[in-house]
Amino acid sequence: MKITVNVWRQKNADAKGEMVGYHLDDVSEDMSFLEMLDVLNEQLTLAGEEPVAFDHDCREGICGSCGVVINGIAHGPEVTTTCQLHMRSFKDGDVIDIEPWRAGAFPIVKDLVVDRGAFDRIIQSGGYISVNTGSAPEANNLPVPKEDADHAFAAATCIGCGACVAACPNGSAMLFTAAKVTHLGLLPQGQPERESRVASMVAQHDAEGFGSCTNIGECTAACPKGIPLDVISRLNRDLLGALAAGQA
Amino acid sequence: MAVSGLIMLGYLLVHMYGNLKFFQGQEYFDSYLEGLEDIFYPYLPHGGALWILRVVLLASLVAHVYCAITLWRRNKVAAGYTGGKRYHSKQNRTGIQRSYASFTMRWGGVILLLFIIGHLAQMLPNWLAPGGPSDSKYERVVNGFEIWWVVLLYTIGLVAVGFHLWHGFWSALTTLGQNRSSTRKDSVITIASWVLSVVIAGGFLIVPFAVFFFGAGS
Amino acid sequence: MSDTYTPTGAAEQFIEHGEDIHDTKAPSGPIERRWEQRQFDAKLVNAANRRKIKIIVVGTGLAGASAAATLGEAGYHVTSFCYQDSPRRAHSIAAQGGINAAKNYRNDGDSVYRLFYDTVKGGDFRSRESNSYRLAQVSVNIIDQCVAQGVPFAREYGGLLDNRSFGGVQVSRTFYARGQTGQQLLIGAYQALERQVAAGTVEVHTRHEMLDLVMVDGKARGVIVRDMVTGEIESHTADAVVLASGGYGNVYFLSTNAMGCNVTATWRAHRRGAYFGNPCYTQIHPTCIPVSGDYQSKLTLMSESLRNDGRIWVPKKAGDDRHPRDIPEDERDYYLERIYPAFGNLVPRDIASRAAKYQCDDGKGVGPGGLGVYLDFADAIERMGRPAVEAKYGNLFDMYARITGEDPYTEPMRIYPAVHYVMGGLWVDYDLQSNLEGLFVTGEANFSDQGANRLGASALMQGLADGYFVLPTTIANYLAAGPFEPVAEDHPAVLEARQAVEERIQKLLAVDGNRTVDSYHKELGHIMWEYCGMERTEEGLTKAIGLIRELRDDFWKNVKVTGEAEELNQTLERAGRVVDFFELGELMCIDALNREESCGGHFRAESQTEDGEALRHDDRFAYVAAWEFGGEKPILHKEPLEYEYVEMKARSYK
Ligand SMILES: Cc1cc2nc3c(=O)[nH]c(=O)nc-3n(C[C@H](O)[C@H](O)[C@H](O)COP(=O)(O)OP(=O)(O)OC[C@H]3O[C@@H](n4cnc5c(N)ncnc54)[C@H](O)[C@@H]3O)c2cc1C
Ligand code: HEM
Ligand code: HEM
Ligand code: SF4
Ligand code: F3S
Ligand code: FES
Repeated sequence: MKITVNVWRQKNADAKGEMVGYHLDDVSEDMSFLEMLDVLNEQLTLAGEEPVAFDHDCREGICGSCGVVINGIAHGPEVTTTCQLHMRSFKDGDVIDIEPWRAGAFPIVKDLVVDRGAFDRIIQSGGYISVNTGSAPEANNLPVPKEDADHAFAAATCIGCGACVAACPNGSAMLFTAAKVTHLGLLPQGQPERESRVASMVAQHDAEGFGSCTNIGECTAACPKGIPLDVISRLNRDLLGALAAGQA
Repeated sequence: MAVSGLIMLGYLLVHMYGNLKFFQGQEYFDSYLEGLEDIFYPYLPHGGALWILRVVLLASLVAHVYCAITLWRRNKVAAGYTGGKRYHSKQNRTGIQRSYASFTMRWGGVILLLFIIGHLAQMLPNWLAPGGPSDSKYERVVNGFEIWWVVLLYTIGLVAVGFHLWHGFWSALTTLGQNRSSTRKDSVITIASWVLSVVIAGGFLIVPFAVFFFGAGS
Repeated sequence: MSDTYTPTGAAEQFIEHGEDIHDTKAPSGPIERRWEQRQFDAKLVNAANRRKIKIIVVGTGLAGASAAATLGEAGYHVTSFCYQDSPRRAHSIAAQGGINAAKNYRNDGDSVYRLFYDTVKGGDFRSRESNSYRLAQVSVNIIDQCVAQGVPFAREYGGLLDNRSFGGVQVSRTFYARGQTGQQLLIGAYQALERQVAAGTVEVHTRHEMLDLVMVDGKARGVIVRDMVTGEIESHTADAVVLASGGYGNVYFLSTNAMGCNVTATWRAHRRGAYFGNPCYTQIHPTCIPVSGDYQSKLTLMSESLRNDGRIWVPKKAGDDRHPRDIPEDERDYYLERIYPAFGNLVPRDIASRAAKYQCDDGKGVGPGGLGVYLDFADAIERMGRPAVEAKYGNLFDMYARITGEDPYTEPMRIYPAVHYVMGGLWVDYDLQSNLEGLFVTGEANFSDQGANRLGASALMQGLADGYFVLPTTIANYLAAGPFEPVAEDHPAVLEARQAVEERIQKLLAVDGNRTVDSYHKELGHIMWEYCGMERTEEGLTKAIGLIRELRDDFWKNVKVTGEAEELNQTLERAGRVVDFFELGELMCIDALNREESCGGHFRAESQTEDGEALRHDDRFAYVAAWEFGGEKPILHKEPLEYEYVEMKARSYK
């Protein structure tokens, strides 16, 4: 099929960017979205133009590297990662707009590549359980109810892609932060640090310049891993608990 | 934000209940309003309870508006706008599942503020008096609501209230940690807020519509 | 075992011989005491000194992140690098199935000894006994560590950990977190790493690619990296260097590896003197989604568990292009069930893979390009009912449907083997130290404890064993002699390495030809897959060596690398990796040519039994091939393998 893509081109962090249109004449519907970009890049390279820079690695929907806003929706029309989106979700003759994640805390590096380092710093502020290697007790000494383990797992499947931020009209990373707070907060191992963790992670979230959550819910609708919305409420509950305990 | 919003919401419920006493006639309504001044009398001076309420409401409003403006600014920066737009694509402007109400929080709030100022000017000191001033609040209400544009403005104001609460009530409870559903649309709170906004907007609208369309009170 | 094949020594023209390696530093004595002995003998570094000691860790996968976190906790000053924008994205994240550990929670007769035994046998007797034993011992601690970190492993209703049986072993020893075990383990290690970043002991440099190793006075003392955002070339020095840079399956272009997986870090170390062990050992996984077109960039693995209920078949007639549902039962060939009646569709990975290849070679393959076989669930759906199939395999079916656009409930799936893992890597001793002093190698990047084949669920185990438990002890032994004299930024060795990197980049940009980097990579991949893939022959390998050399020459004349050096330049990054893949590919073919036997993932057509099974030659090839970089000709050092505890036997699945 033939398609037209409008891609955000920006040489580097300081340059001014713009949307640039390209035509592709021979797109197979079995291609993944990123393979379509590969084809575009081959075409650009041979024409002596700069290929489009975009982040990607596993191309299996698990590393969280990829991610662009397609026609105004983070990761595009299907609920999955950009790399797992296929061209059969589009029609012959479509015009596809491709833009980077846009958020104050995610500065653009080049074209469709943004800097998501803020996520790592949120984790640094408390997204872990403090246990030194070698000091762990026998694994089965502490049973975890299956239901808690399953819920913790569901929250832990966040791939840190940043689509929630890109989709949130407030540029808030509350879903990402809350997913981690929930994962660790549901497990017995995570209890000792539960209050201090939520307080410092939220503080870091705000310090990074992410917006405040006003419970719009776009984040969870765009999230390729279906991180549930109630994690945010749970975070708020924990935060109130921390406030009450004088931790925040 | 959530707390101040909920306080105002609480007031609105009581206020709406009070307004419905309109149908019990001029005397009853006016004396009911008088009576309000004497709540907890003699423990509080005449009008004391009302003044406390007013202070609380005003404080809530100020806090609410202050937070709203701060949030608005902050979140605009956080969303990374470039030149007035966030995303250039004109497709899917309304997102994936956003409720219409969530788009109208900010400007809807501004409409609300204007409405409240106008409303107070009309109801409390007799300043603005469309349809003619009167010492009876009952009459003021009736006089006002016989004019089509007053009713229209109230309708706009109340639709704004409805929208604001549709998202606001859900949001406030979620902020207070009470949502336990994995998606927006499955949540009981979403349904509750929808019902609440219809009841409030509808409940308030009964009076102006009754006056305008059915000539109640005249 | 009937030996029907006389070696020809065809590799001799390409290689030179060096001295054998006899000491791998493993302690002697009873095998179950060796690791304890080593830990006891290892010298310690006093806590106050650790702060002054710098360690570079390249890679943040399971092997790298766990090592960096643990070394940070111990108080060393660690600098860590990865090419992704966050350490959490390392390729380990993609592992699905699970991680083995000899916990024996199921009381089904598992033990450290049995895990050790299975690993040695699974590796087709080409791994070291001492290492495999240690791996099995440490496996137990890994689970404890991960659970304490909050890794949400699957649990039973009683709240205790669940296990499954995986990869054809008879005991249930695999711990898992649905289909995302690698992700959950890596996130655990990543969080431990970030905790150390917050504590100030570890510095993580993301989007930094290691392009060379700095050797000073015979010791590894630093690395040259490129900041992938600004293009700046930086030099970092330290007291020791750890490479945990993962596997090089991408030499085949199409593989289940992430797009950025590369050999550059280890290859550059190899060029600086580190031996490369068993480069030809690759693991090919039978159940991947087949290639659908030329544009294909990546192959996706589907869990092996599908073979428990799906039936594999091809049409009996070559070139039969009827719709699969129109092919009647008696015109189908359920070839695995036919050839291996005892194991049927559950034969090991290498056997299933090769059998599929043979069917396709005979023209019976299905789907685009005839490279695929059917994996049919029609019988299973009839037998178990669709809801049961959905419950068991639903997520895999969905993934298949998303990628191919076909509905596996109504049409059989198509599968084909794909490159999945490499057992080869830099040669290391028992301490995980390469032959270069101060250069340690962990995880998939080293030539590993897996021998010629890897059992399912044991790469994760190895990466974490290396990083959490083995390396922190053994590297201390080396560092006890430190801190060493600091290496200045302008030390001649640093300058020389830096300059070499800069020149290579300039040279790539200067070619300015008319072919894209990817087109070369794809062509190299084709050559490797064709001649050094599932089945290798003397003729094919010899041809491949020639083809690779030609292609490499052409690359340096005609490649087009766009953009500049001082910016984010993904074409340049890829070009640099392809350059190293060319050299590696050649060495892999030479190693495969030299190993005139079939073992594990390495199948030489000339060396098979009468009924077509792999035939080892333990008398001649029971050794690790450790290759030294020799310029024109690589130099082969043999490390003989001895088996004291497990008796060498032929594998049989008939
Ligand atoms: C699809 C799939 C499924 C798998 N499933 C299983 C399973 O179920 N069980 C199992 O045991 N194993 C499985 N494996 C194998 C296992 O995942 C890997 O062998 C293992 O994770 C490798 O870990 P690692 O830490 O050595 O390397 P990786 O995780 O690959 O990490 C490499 C690191 O090195 C960095 N790096 C690489 N090159 C450079 C450079 N030049 N400069 C700077 N940094 C660099 C990268 O950024 C990355 O951080 C699977 C593999 C695949 C592909
Ligand atoms: C006077 C002008 C007002 C303004 C400018 C205003 C503005 C806002 C804004 C910007 C929000 C943030 C939520 C979002 O953007 O999604 C908000 C939330 C809210 N508002 Fe108002 N508002 C006003 C009046 C009111 C009144 C009168 C009420 C009550 C009757 C009210 C109740 C709420 C509630 C309950 C919330 C949700 C709080 C939360 O998200 O935690 N607001 N308002
Ligand atoms: C049709 C709808 C409404 C009618 C008929 C109505 C009527 C009145 C009347 C008669 C008073 C005077 C009460 C007194 O003197 O104590 C009043 C006060 C007030 N109204 Fe309304 N009102 C309506 C809607 C609203 C709405 C939607 C809001 C808020 C968003 C609002 C906010 C207030 C406030 C804050 C006061 C002042 C209370 C005080 O301080 O005494 N009203 N209203
Ligand atoms: S919460 Fe979802 S959208 Fe956000 S980073 Fe995690 S996986 Fe991506
Ligand atoms: S869309 Fe944004 S406002 Fe909150 S609920 Fe999600 S973070
Ligand atoms: S490339 Fe890894 S999630 Fe898309």
